[in-house]
Amino acid sequence: MLLEIRGISVRIKDRIIVDDVSFEVGDHDIYMVIGPNGAGKTTLFKAIMGLVPRKGKVLLDGTDIRTFRPGELAKKIGMLAQSHQPQFAYSVYDVVSLVRYSYQGGIFRKLTGQDKQKIEEALALTGMESMKDQSVLTLSGGELQRAFLAQLFAQDPQVLILDEPVSHLDLQYQIAVFDILSRWVREKRRAVIASVHDLNTVYTYGTRAMLINRGRVHAEGTVEEVLDKDNLKSVYNVDVAEWMKNLLEHWK
Amino acid sequence: MTRFGGHMDKSGTAGKLKKRTKTFLLAVFSILLFLLVFNSSVLIGSIGFSPDYTIRIILKHFFGAGDISDIPDSAATIILNVRMPRVILSAMVGAALSLAGAAMQGLLKNPLADGSTLGISSGGALGAVISIVLGINIPLFPQAGLAIMSILASFLSLMFILALTYKIDYNLSNHTIILTGVIFSMLAGSITSLLVSLSGNNLRQVVFWSMGSFSGKGWSHVALMLPFFLAGSLPLTFLSRELNAFSLGEEQAGFIGVDIKKVKFAILILVSVLVGASVAVGGTIGFVGLVIPHITRFITGPDHRKLLPFSVLFGSSFLMAADLLSRTVLSPAEIPIGVVTSLVGGILFIYIFYSKMNVRR
Repeated sequence: MLLEIRGISVRIKDRIIVDDVSFEVGDHDIYMVIGPNGAGKTTLFKAIMGLVPRKGKVLLDGTDIRTFRPGELAKKIGMLAQSHQPQFAYSVYDVVSLVRYSYQGGIFRKLTGQDKQKIEEALALTGMESMKDQSVLTLSGGELQRAFLAQLFAQDPQVLILDEPVSHLDLQYQIAVFDILSRWVREKRRAVIASVHDLNTVYTYGTRAMLINRGRVHAEGTVEEVLDKDNLKSVYNVDVAEWMKNLLEHWK
Repeated sequence: MTRFGGHMDKSGTAGKLKKRTKTFLLAVFSILLFLLVFNSSVLIGSIGFSPDYTIRIILKHFFGAGDISDIPDSAATIILNVRMPRVILSAMVGAALSLAGAAMQGLLKNPLADGSTLGISSGGALGAVISIVLGINIPLFPQAGLAIMSILASFLSLMFILALTYKIDYNLSNHTIILTGVIFSMLAGSITSLLVSLSGNNLRQVVFWSMGSFSGKGWSHVALMLPFFLAGSLPLTFLSRELNAFSLGEEQAGFIGVDIKKVKFAILILVSVLVGASVAVGGTIGFVGLVIPHITRFITGPDHRKLLPFSVLFGSSFLMAADLLSRTVLSPAEIPIGVVTSLVGGILFIYIFYSKMNVRR
């Protein structure tokens, strides 16, 4: 297994936000984490990254990721935060190139040819080439998300953890992002973990999934298993299949 | 395979060349500005001197070159022993405060952070006054004891303010941290004033610790400030990339591989050294660390690799000029330098802040 999450729990004061969550992510997986607002998806991701105090273990290729130094970890796991609020007028290129930090040695940490190539590729992949000199303060929510997505691709890690990567994006870019991700993940020793609200996206792109509710794993397995009618009904309190079928009527 | 639209920009190399030329010209301009302000500050005062005096006296005194027999002894003494140390000291303090402000703003991703808005200066002043009142000294280095107490108090204040803000608001948002800083600043300031009054010192001392002044400062103060200035500023400039990462948010810095805890701790210590030592020699001088990085960022962009060195140049020029104003405007009386910096800085800050808000709208 590429990534093993074992018994992750997060407690903030007296509240248990994430309760004993375990799952495994293999090569080429696009692992979808779904669940209602406040289910603990973001906290789970932060806990995996070690950003909040947690119990449990995260193993990458069998090695506890706590043993990695921050720079090493950045080459292996990258995370996209749910939202970004930049305060300073960095250009898109500055933001993307910053991510090569962990690859650069020496005091002056100059960008090498390889760094520049990775940055250009990432900008091209996310369609941010033409905006690379623009200040991030002038970008729309979707453009900003793409800029940070470009940063993530330039970081070139093995595992991408994406907290609602498409929530700010219009339909065209939602599709484009997951198309890119499914191509990206085809290479050896790569995997994606993403939280998504749109269940159609989960069906279309997900290889495995987890349904999380109130911090606990409600269902885990293949996408079909997880998106089971009863599972969804008990968590969302909506007959999702019925609702989707009704929606489909509009498109006939 | 869907691919986003977008066309290649081939003007990369030419753009970079232009950028470099711009940076070079800016460097030349700011160094000339620094030299001009330095020279003017040394020459202008209750007694004015001919513009060539500074360079000739420096050459003669420090390098043994040239002839200054036509310069009256009294003039040479005033320039060498009164004006020059004071000007150099104000330049160092201006540079230190600007660097500290720029670093805090980057670290906390908060454009309003600064030694004075966060209350670090007031904390440092309190530490210095406690050391005076309690007579805490380091044998052989009586002045260093004051500076070290001030640095220590600055660091403790900073830790206290950050810890308190974290408790209230995990995200350390702009308003919470500034509010905490202002409240802490008022508290520390009033305790300082109380201690000064109780110890039987005069009002001048209270004004010094609350408004700052370089009046009567000599070479011994320059010697005191210099090691702390170097120890604080040089390592900071090597942390420019980390500061860039923090400017995008602490979590984001962690994602890209910055050792957050270590780097943050290092920056907080360096900032405390710069602010604490500045307070020990010049009192609390507000707004420099807020305004100078703002103006500099406006000119150079937010990249700390440029922002920090240019903040040093602009900050030192600014405080030398402010000191010049403080001792000449109402001559022979002196205005506390904090009044000048807050007046100039405050107005400038309102302007910048207001125009920025308008752009965003």
